[in-house]
Amino acid sequence: MQSAPVLEKAHEAETTTGIDHRKMLIWLFLASDCMFFGSLIATYLIYYGESLVGPYPEDVFDIPVTSVSTFVLLMSSFMMVMAYNAISRGMVKSFRIWILATALMGTTFLAFQVFEFYEFSHGEPPLTPRTNLFGTTFFTLTGFHGAHVTIGIIWLLSLLGYSFRGDLRRDKGLNVDMAALYWHFVDVVWIVIFTVVYLIGVAP
Amino acid sequence: MATLAGALSRPTSYSGWWSWVTTVDHKRIGILYGVTAFIFFLIGGVEALIMRVQLFWPDQSIVAPQVFNQLFTMHALTMIFLGVMPLGAAFFNYVIPLMIGARDVAFPRLNAFSYWVFLAGGLMLNWGWLSGESPAAGWFAYANLTDTTYSPDGGLDFYVLGLAVLGVSSTAAALNFIVTIINMRAPGMTLMRMPLFVWMTLVTMFLVITAFPVITVGLIELGFDRFFGTNFFDTTAGGDPLLWQHLFWVFGHPEVYILILPAMGIISEVLPTFSRKPLFGYPVVVFSGLIIGFMGWMVWSHHMFTVGMGAVATTVFTLTTMAIAVPTGVKIFNWLGTMWGGAISFSTAMLFALGFISMFIVGGLSGVMHSIAPSDAQQQDTYFVVAHIHYVLFGGSFFALFSGIYYWFPKMTGRLMSEKLGKLHFWATFAAFNLTFFPMHIVGLDGMPRRVYTFSEGMGWEIGNMLSTIGAFLLAASILVFLHNLFRSLRKGERAGNDPWDGRTLEWSIPSPPPIYNFAEIPRVHGRDPHWDAKYPEGKPVPAGGSNGHEAEEPYHPIAASRRGIHLPDLSYYPVIAALGLFVACFGFVYDFGFRHVPYLAVIGLIITLIGAYGWALEPASEDSH
Repeated sequence: MQSAPVLEKAHEAETTTGIDHRKMLIWLFLASDCMFFGSLIATYLIYYGESLVGPYPEDVFDIPVTSVSTFVLLMSSFMMVMAYNAISRGMVKSFRIWILATALMGTTFLAFQVFEFYEFSHGEPPLTPRTNLFGTTFFTLTGFHGAHVTIGIIWLLSLLGYSFRGDLRRDKGLNVDMAALYWHFVDVVWIVIFTVVYLIGVAP
Repeated sequence: MATLAGALSRPTSYSGWWSWVTTVDHKRIGILYGVTAFIFFLIGGVEALIMRVQLFWPDQSIVAPQVFNQLFTMHALTMIFLGVMPLGAAFFNYVIPLMIGARDVAFPRLNAFSYWVFLAGGLMLNWGWLSGESPAAGWFAYANLTDTTYSPDGGLDFYVLGLAVLGVSSTAAALNFIVTIINMRAPGMTLMRMPLFVWMTLVTMFLVITAFPVITVGLIELGFDRFFGTNFFDTTAGGDPLLWQHLFWVFGHPEVYILILPAMGIISEVLPTFSRKPLFGYPVVVFSGLIIGFMGWMVWSHHMFTVGMGAVATTVFTLTTMAIAVPTGVKIFNWLGTMWGGAISFSTAMLFALGFISMFIVGGLSGVMHSIAPSDAQQQDTYFVVAHIHYVLFGGSFFALFSGIYYWFPKMTGRLMSEKLGKLHFWATFAAFNLTFFPMHIVGLDGMPRRVYTFSEGMGWEIGNMLSTIGAFLLAASILVFLHNLFRSLRKGERAGNDPWDGRTLEWSIPSPPPIYNFAEIPRVHGRDPHWDAKYPEGKPVPAGGSNGHEAEEPYHPIAASRRGIHLPDLSYYPVIAALGLFVACFGFVYDFGFRHVPYLAVIGLIITLIGAYGWALEPASEDSH
C-alpha cells in the first residue's frame, strides 16, 4: 500500500472483544473527559452564588441568544450523524457536504461564544475571569468546552481534507465514527452546561 | 502536510541509540521507562539523604529552610510520579503483552509517546534544580501557599505544568493498556484466567483515567490563578482553599492505589511461582483488587480530618477508610494461603515479596490507626504519618518493584542476577529500611512535626532522628549493592534460559530475552497457569524443586525461527516530536508569562506538537511492510 495512513496495524486482524482498538480507545477517552468536565462543573457549582461582587449570572446572560447557539450546536450533531451515515454507505461526496455543514455549525457556535465573551467583558460593569468567582468559573468551564469544540472542528476539517486523498470508507468509516463520538460527547456536555450554568443561573 | 509526511519516510534502523528514540516496541519502551525511573529514584534518594543529614542533629543549618522545603516537595514528587509510577509502567510495558500472549500493545506509537512525555514532565519538574526555582509547597501544594504572594518564583509553575504533562503521559498509557488488556488477549484467556498482575494493572489503569482528570482540573485552576489572576483559590474574592484540598485528594487517594495495586499484582505472581502452587483463592484476590480500586474513591477526605468537615463527613470517611482495610486484609490472607503447604524457595524475588507482605502489614496497621479521626487529629502532620507512608510506599511498593526486578530480570536480559548479592541486597535493605523508618513512628507519636527543617534540642527526638539518618545511609548503601549486582549480572550473569523459575504464566514460555515479535505463534490458553499446565499436564505429579529443562518441549508453542507472516509496527519519529513540542510549549508558558510577553515559545511548541500529530496520523508504512 502506498501513502495511506497507517493506523496501528500490528493487530488489525482480530480483537478479543470484536470491538476495534481505536473505537474502544475513544470511548475510554470520553470516560476520562467526563471526569474532566465533571470536576469543572463541580467547581462551578461549589462557587455558585459565592461571588462577592457582581456582575452575577442574571446580569449578563441572554438566554434567547444562547438558546440559538445551543440549537445550532445540537443540530450539528444531526449533521454529524448524516455525515457518518453517508461515509458508511460509501457516498464520499455527500459525506463532504455533511461534514462541512457540521464544522460550519460548530464554527457558528464558537462565533456565538466569542461574541458572548466579548459582550460580557465589555459590559457595564465588565465580567472577566478576574472579576469574581462567577467570572472565574464561567470562563474556565465554557472556555474549556469551547476548546473542545475547536479541536473537534479541526478534526472534522482534517477528515474533510483527508477525504480528497485517502479512503475514509475503510473499516466501515471508523475514522469518521470516532470523530462523531467525540462530537456528540462535546454536544452532550454543552446540554449540561447550558442547563446548569445558563438556565439555573437565571432562575428566580 | 501530505508532502511533508511523504518526504519523511519511517525510520528503519533497529540498532544504535537512534533506534531507541524511534522505537515502538513495548519491551524497549519498558526498559526505557525502567532505566529512567530508576535514575529519578536515585535523585529522589539523594534528596532524602540531604534531608536526613540536616535532621541528624538538632538545630543544624546545613540546608536553608527554603531549600529544605524544596527537598521534601521534590522528594515526594520524584518518588511518586517519577519513581514508583514509571517503574510500574516499566513492568506494564514489558510484561503485560507477554502475559496475555500479544505481540505488542494496542497502540505502539502512543506507547512511545507516553514514555517521551513522561521524560519531558520529569525533566520539567526537576528543572528547578538547575534554575534555582523548585516547588516548595509540598507535593500536595495546598492553597493558598501556592498563590503568587507566597510562592512568587517559577517553582510552582513547573509543578503545575510538570504534573499536567505527566498526567497526559499517564492517561495516554492507561488508555493504551486498558485497550491492550481487554482487547488483545490470546485466544482462551478469559478475564478470569488473566494473571493477577494483568488484573491489578487493569484496575490501576481505570483509576488513572478517572483520577488524573480531576488533578488536571485542579492544576488548571491553580495555573490560571497564577498565570491569569483568576480567583479560584483567592480568599479575598471568596475563593475557598478547601476546594483545592478536595480536588487534590479526590485524585490523591486513588493515586495511592495506583501506586500499590501494581505492587500487589507483582506479589501475586511471585508468590505462586516460588511456592509452586496456584494462587490461593484467585477470584477472591481479583475481586478484592476491584473493591480496593472502587473504594479508593470513597476515602479521600481522611487526608483532611483536621480541616473541620463536620461530624457526618468525618464519620463517613472514618468508616469507609476502615472498610477498605478489609479487602486488603483478604489479599494478605490469600497470599499466606498461597504459601501454605507450598514448596517454597527463598529466592531474592521471594524474599522481597515476603518483605512486602510484612512491611505492608505494618504500614497498613498504622493506616487503620489514621482512619480513626480523633487519633488522626493527634497524628496529623507528625512523623508518624511519614513512617506510615514509607512503610506502604517503600516497604510496600518499592519492595514489590524490587521483587519484580529480580523476578523478570532474567526474562528481560537472558541472564540471572546474582542470588548471593541479591540476598545481601534484600537483608541490607530490609534492616536499613526498618532502622530508617521505624523510629519515625516513635518520634512522630512523641509529637515531632513533619516538614520542618530542624528541631530543638531537648525534645527527646535526637536518638530517633540519628537512627533514621544512619538507616538512610545504610539504605543508600544497599541500593549500591543492588546496582553492583545489576551491572555485574548484565555482563556476566548466568544464562537464564526460557524459564529459570519454573514459571506459570506465558512470558516464561518464550526465549529470554524475548524475540522482537514475542510469540512466533499466538498461544492458546486453557487455564489460569497456561505455561505450568503445559509443562505438567494433569495426572502427572508436580516435581518439587526448580526445573530448567522444559523449554524444549512446549506443546502449544513451537518456536518458529522465521519472522515471516508476523507484521510488526514500524518505528516512528512522531511520538518523540509530539512530546518535544509539549516540552517546549510548557517552558514557553513558564518563562514568557513570567515576563508578561507574548508566549512565542509556547506557540512554537504547540506547532511542533501539531506537526507531530499530523505526521503521526498521516505517516506512511515503511517500504517492507506488506
